[in-house]
Amino acid sequence: MLKSLKLRAILIFVFLFISIIYLVPNIIELEGAWKKYFPSDKIHLGLDLKGGMHLLLALDTKKLMDNMLDRKFNQLKDGMIREGIRFVGLDKSSDSISVVVKADQREKFYNLLGKELPDMKVGASRNEGDSVALDLTYSEKEIANLKDNAIHQALETIRNRIDQFGVSEPVIVQQGESNILVQLPGVKDPERALELIGKTAQLEFKLVDEENAAKAGSGTIPEGDEQLMLKSRNRDTAVTMTTPILLKKQGLLTGDMLTDARVRIGGEFHNEPYVALEFNSEGSRIFDRITGENVGKRIAIVLDNTVYSAPVVRERISGGKASITGGFTPDEAKDLAIVLRAGALPAPVTVIQNITIGPTLGEDSIRKGVQAAVLGGLMVIVFMIFYYRASGIVADIALFLNLIYLLGAFTALKATMTLPGIAGIILTIGMGVDTNVLIFERIREELRLGKTVRAAVDGGYSKAWVTIFDAHITTLITTCILFMFGTGPIKGFAVTLAIGIIINLFTAVFGSKTIFDWILVKYKPRSLSI
Amino acid sequence: MKFREITKKTKIDFMGLRNKMFVLSAFLVLLGLFGFVMVSMGKANLSVDFTGGTELQIRFADPVPISSLRSALISGGIEDVQIQEVAGKNDFFLKTKLMNTGPQRVQDKISSIISASLPGKGFQVLGSNMVGSSVGKTLKQHAIIAIALSLLGIVIYIAWRFNFVFGVAATIATFHDVLALLGIFYLLHLEMNILFITALLTIAGYSLTDTVVVFDRIRENMAKMKSRADLGKVINNSINEVLSRTLITSLTVLLVIAALVVLGGHVLFDFSFALFIGVMVGTYSSIFVASPLIYLWRTRA
Repeated sequence: MLKSLKLRAILIFVFLFISIIYLVPNIIELEGAWKKYFPSDKIHLGLDLKGGMHLLLALDTKKLMDNMLDRKFNQLKDGMIREGIRFVGLDKSSDSISVVVKADQREKFYNLLGKELPDMKVGASRNEGDSVALDLTYSEKEIANLKDNAIHQALETIRNRIDQFGVSEPVIVQQGESNILVQLPGVKDPERALELIGKTAQLEFKLVDEENAAKAGSGTIPEGDEQLMLKSRNRDTAVTMTTPILLKKQGLLTGDMLTDARVRIGGEFHNEPYVALEFNSEGSRIFDRITGENVGKRIAIVLDNTVYSAPVVRERISGGKASITGGFTPDEAKDLAIVLRAGALPAPVTVIQNITIGPTLGEDSIRKGVQAAVLGGLMVIVFMIFYYRASGIVADIALFLNLIYLLGAFTALKATMTLPGIAGIILTIGMGVDTNVLIFERIREELRLGKTVRAAVDGGYSKAWVTIFDAHITTLITTCILFMFGTGPIKGFAVTLAIGIIINLFTAVFGSKTIFDWILVKYKPRSLSI
Repeated sequence: MKFREITKKTKIDFMGLRNKMFVLSAFLVLLGLFGFVMVSMGKANLSVDFTGGTELQIRFADPVPISSLRSALISGGIEDVQIQEVAGKNDFFLKTKLMNTGPQRVQDKISSIISASLPGKGFQVLGSNMVGSSVGKTLKQHAIIAIALSLLGIVIYIAWRFNFVFGVAATIATFHDVLALLGIFYLLHLEMNILFITALLTIAGYSLTDTVVVFDRIRENMAKMKSRADLGKVINNSINEVLSRTLITSLTVLLVIAALVVLGGHVLFDFSFALFIGVMVGTYSSIFVASPLIYLWRTRA
């Protein structure tokens, strides 16, 4: 401990000064030149105080692997046909592709594999007569890799969507292996935001199978076809209807080839908003070809397995432009354009946690927390003065210092204040005086033994120190564990309690001792009011 | 010199009371163990954080009787719902288990039912919390790991600062507090949520602080002890010496927590109530659980 009283006092005031500097932006709105001299950060409020939405999304990795395998399956099939590899069987299970090729085709097949599917490995192979059966799977490493890429792509996509939607200070981070945490503080329309974030936005163009439509009506769906729902809205009654529609399963074109998607209004669409799409050069070429090949037929525009429209192709469309109609409201059209521009999620996501806090609730919580803090603080202050008289005032000053330092440090560290965090501050008030109670009781004991005031104060502080230190460390252990395992609000509690405890070690011991020493030097009292 | 004291120099025979108090402690521990078993079986009042489900906080501008809210929800198809009313306000807390409402989310379904069947009452959703079952499972695991880790950290620290016997005694006392708190919460059918786990850990830390103070004094006095036969007396004296300190600090902490209980609102009520009970149990255990354990161990060994 520093011997010089002056130095100790200076240290306390320097810390006080720094804390107040950090606290200023919380109290008054700074303007003009003042802004230069003060830090700009206010205490960061958590979602539970500010209102907003906290989402935990799980990326459907099973579906992701399924999609990937699907793609590989088609690639392999096309490759074998192109290279003229004779195969007897080709099938797909949940995690592997099984191929049966003629034995003499084996080498050609391996060449194709090496060229087109280098990321797949051949698992088991069996001889079946003059054929070989092979199982193709992803290696463990490749699966991990794919999942990792997918989660990054999903994060990027969601970030894009939220950026375009316009939310200030969003948090979008990976949590665990395949979860994504999204926090949108102060979001005005949580439902719409959820809709926007959660949409897979897998856009596909597929051919309508009208020849077999009659068959599908009787319940049998032909090989290579699928039945999806066509959504349409009655323009007069605004009632949405869905009707089944039979499509060729094989997609003609997907949304990854889009360069732009914008909301347009009017034209032939009865002044309704619609989304105008623009393809890149490859997409334009494909679109040009498919429209050319299918004049007179219907092409369905499918988004996340729902058909939005299925117009008849009147003529070949060059230039790479298309549009999606579907009786959208302006907001719906705007959001659809955003998700199409931002790109599709690599697999569907499910919302596994959704905490939505309205602004009223947050304000309510702040008010209640502050009220409880004020009442609790006042009771402790009054009690300390009642019980320890003048020395109680010293403890109260230490407590006050603790609070100012705590809030200053909290702002400087850019920590997030939550409702449990406020409870942490209140608890710090209670536990903070604990230290002074320990010291004061020790001083009383020393005084009872007949020691002088000076000796009793010194003795009390040095004897209580070990106990105080132990007590602080044990509480710190639990707060550290809380911080490691806790989620947002709990972390706020752990942080305030931890900072509070560390600061308390300084204010309640060092701070209050300095005040005592100052009084002892200045007034040399014969007795102590304690 | 005169001091203001809540306890004059006391000479309570704490060690003499130990057997009676052990009965009480054993009861609390058993209650806690029973509560723990019930929690593991999912038969306690667990929050949606752990079980999965949906929680809604709603407000009406005009008074709405709880019965008409309930019947509106039931006729709307939401049958398994817990409704809690906030006294003095037109606020309600609704809690449902995980259920399949098709593409429509539970919170949306509930709010559309209420706005349709109780129109013109100024209905408003203040906040909602939907938790999937996988989240709850992870959380349960984390909670158990966190509690186990803190207890371990505590034993190691105390064993290092004092010795093994003190470490074990402090840990048993802490364990006693955690279980007692769990048991009391179970008995009162109060909701256990993440904040409750936070309270358990905080109390573990607090109770230990209290135990450390008593242990420090016992150790100090044991160093001056002449024969082992005096151990009971030494422990008694130590507790008596720090008694006023123990009571005062508990009192100051209880004062602030009481403020939280009264003014903290619904979200913090269960949390602060847990802290309130926990502080009392923690103070009790450092005197009547931790210290007698040292006595028993040392006099037997």
